[in-house]
Amino acid sequence: MPASVMHAMPEKVAEPARAAKLRVRNLNFYYGSFHALKGVSLEIPENRVTAFIGPSGCGKSTLLRTFNRMFELYPEQRAEGEVLLGDENVLTSKQDVSLIRAKIGMVFQKPTPFPMSIYDNIAFGVRLFENLSRARMDERVEWALTKAALWKEAKDKLHQSGHSLSGGQQQRLCIARGVAVRPEILLLDEPCSALDPISTAKIEELITELKVDYTVVIVTHNMQQAARVSDYTAYMYLGELIEFGETNQIFLKPGKQETEDYITGRFG
Amino acid sequence: MAPRDIPGAVTDHAPKPFMPRKNALMDAIFRNITRFFAFLVFSLLAAILVSLLIGSMPSIRKFGLEFLWSAEWDPVKEQFGALVPIFGTLVTSFIALAIAIPVSFGISIFLTELSPVWLRRPLGTAIEMLAAIPSIIYGMWGLFVFVPIFQERVQPLLAHTIGKVPGLGLLFSGAPMGIGMLAAGIILAVMVIPFITAVMRDVFELVPAMLKESAYGLGSTTWEVVWRVVLPYTKVGVIGGVMLGLGRALGETMAVTFVIGNAHHLSASLFAPGNSIASALANEFTEAVGELYTSALIELGLLLFLITTIVLALSKLLLLQLAKGEGTRT
Amino acid sequence: MNPVSAMNPIYRRRKRMNSLMMGVSTGALAFGLFWLIWIVVVLLWEGASALRPSLFAQMTPPPGGDGGLANAIYGSVLMAGAGTLIGTPVGILAGTYLAEFGGRGWLAPATRFINDVLLSAPSIVIGLFVYAIYVAQAKHFSGWAGAVALAIIVVPVVVRTTDDMLKLVPNSLREAAAALGAPSWKVVTMISYRAARAGIVTGVLLAIARITGETAPLLFTALNNQFWSSDMNRPMANLPVVIFQFAMSPYEDWQRLAWGGATLITLFVLGLNIAARALFRK
Repeated sequence: MPASVMHAMPEKVAEPARAAKLRVRNLNFYYGSFHALKGVSLEIPENRVTAFIGPSGCGKSTLLRTFNRMFELYPEQRAEGEVLLGDENVLTSKQDVSLIRAKIGMVFQKPTPFPMSIYDNIAFGVRLFENLSRARMDERVEWALTKAALWKEAKDKLHQSGHSLSGGQQQRLCIARGVAVRPEILLLDEPCSALDPISTAKIEELITELKVDYTVVIVTHNMQQAARVSDYTAYMYLGELIEFGETNQIFLKPGKQETEDYITGRFG
Repeated sequence: MAPRDIPGAVTDHAPKPFMPRKNALMDAIFRNITRFFAFLVFSLLAAILVSLLIGSMPSIRKFGLEFLWSAEWDPVKEQFGALVPIFGTLVTSFIALAIAIPVSFGISIFLTELSPVWLRRPLGTAIEMLAAIPSIIYGMWGLFVFVPIFQERVQPLLAHTIGKVPGLGLLFSGAPMGIGMLAAGIILAVMVIPFITAVMRDVFELVPAMLKESAYGLGSTTWEVVWRVVLPYTKVGVIGGVMLGLGRALGETMAVTFVIGNAHHLSASLFAPGNSIASALANEFTEAVGELYTSALIELGLLLFLITTIVLALSKLLLLQLAKGEGTRT
Repeated sequence: MNPVSAMNPIYRRRKRMNSLMMGVSTGALAFGLFWLIWIVVVLLWEGASALRPSLFAQMTPPPGGDGGLANAIYGSVLMAGAGTLIGTPVGILAGTYLAEFGGRGWLAPATRFINDVLLSAPSIVIGLFVYAIYVAQAKHFSGWAGAVALAIIVVPVVVRTTDDMLKLVPNSLREAAAALGAPSWKVVTMISYRAARAGIVTGVLLAIARITGETAPLLFTALNNQFWSSDMNRPMANLPVVIFQFAMSPYEDWQRLAWGGATLITLFVLGLNIAARALFRK
């Protein structure tokens, strides 16, 4: 394995197995007739960071988008199998999909500030489910921005447009927006792919802090990033889950030849 | 999981259960309202056709197909035929296209290839403004300003030059009255230039830069690139733009009404006054007495609507085809 | 001799052809601008003397009398206002279906096609249509009939811009709102509309500009009225029809008023067009 990856690895002590927050069982996914996920099963541990890695087109983002049924926005996409949150299958739940999405927040590849003020960006999601007084909403906005390490930079321009922030700040605003709804799980879909290295470092630091309160799942095409921030890693290839385990183990002692080839850069 | 340190958190952390049910209902309501209005727009075309068809029934029953080629238009004897207005509509529209097509092509070349970049927007906007000027303004200006000059200077000139050519001369014969089909056609040309130009500019900009660059790379001149590369590539769209211009010209009312002369007779000369479907409607409809007269006018409107709808639909189909080809070619 | 040289006769012929055609192209542009400038200059010249305060203060006069266009301006504002208020929501909602909910169904593409045809349909036929469904049933001309005819002209313009502008809103924005648990009606009304606001407003302004000068559809619907009237259930004076009548009349003072009205409408319409473009670019 290349030295660069070795150096990127933080010291990690083996931890006791965590309770599973999300259990995926025999999940299949189709874009029209294209079979994009083939019988994927894995368990996402609670209050840990889990990374999905693999070459582009391997299905890692697709997998992430089944967790909050984001694919339902597009009529030609469908999923079969089980994604269990507690005892409930997210995919077939009779529960309103917006409730599921409120429990499972998501942050996208590119920052997506809404065309409104920084304050309203955060209040938008909160107002969907809660009727807060002005003072409590102010507190919530501050709390969320603090969580996303943006409060200091944004507190003097809460009523300016979200677009007035830099790219990295916008992405942290999106994280704050997701956090403000008090989800249990945060899905991050390549959250740093449009950011510069300094902003990336800030977001990575933030991810590590967020796992105290949330279960975090991150899709990334950057293996060093996966190694730096995650506790568990899933390697996917052509719609199949090749290997899933603790990040240390995946990067240091991969169990499968394909995983090792990808991680050592012989392929991918 | 419910972090305790969240300000504003209520004691039971689960979102209120009534919210989602209301959401699903609101979603369905909102979606169906928009669908209803989309359907309203969708059915508008058919509604116009049906209402005009019903209004024309007395005339259709009385005159049948003969309505289309009878040149008689006599409100007193209640004899009506559409030939004169149909003829006038087609002739003025074709004059308009004969002038507007080359001019629009030239303007589009200028705006896409020749103009300095900073001038493109102001010049393009100025040409678009030709479309913004209301039809009635063209009519008034045409009648009071254009027609007298046209009568004194241009018509005699035409009569003494092309008018002397055997055969062709017939088109430019007769007394120069100013008003007439030629004047109407010229003003129509000015009115449709912005529409044809807009489509041509849009489709010219669809040509991949690499395709043009490779032609320039061989040493082609601008004209050769436009004529041999851009035009063949965008042919379908250019025809679509011309059809759009035709559709506009056919249905144009007020400008034509002012200058065409409103005479119900056929003449080979373009100098002669005539009538178009739209101008006949504008002039006669409110004064029409009797069911049959009104019905004949409504049938004229029906004919106009059918023709323009077919022309505009063709235009749209051609432009859609170009857009589709664009998707597969890249 | 090397064929690639400035003396090559083929090259020189091609060069000449190019210069000629580029000259013709520039001439075509000059030709287009010539009419615009001519018309605007004539209007300013003729309108300068007619644009007096009395134009806005006095009623349309009988032949030979002195007067203004106050009742016609008022009628136009009422009908164009009502037409816009009726047509805009219809257009925005229909456009919303096309862009947000149409999906793969048949209704959205079919409506989009028909809407584009309606966009260029002859306005006089719209007038006939409203005459047939409204005036002929109510048995009298009225301001409402005029407003309905104008609304039918507003709708396709607004449908088209709403559809186009909503399609420009990045899908990631909708996904981000949905990911927070926002239901689709909130995603559309609070996110998509907000993001597309400038474009939709531009469309509405262009629609207003379009109907302000429309004459043909008012001829058979609102007709005209000599007097000040706020009653939308009665025939109503309006600028375009008054201009038409006065301009076609043999009386010089009527023609003068027609020029005043024409200048007023043109300045308003051109101003609105330019303002709409400026707003959209911002």
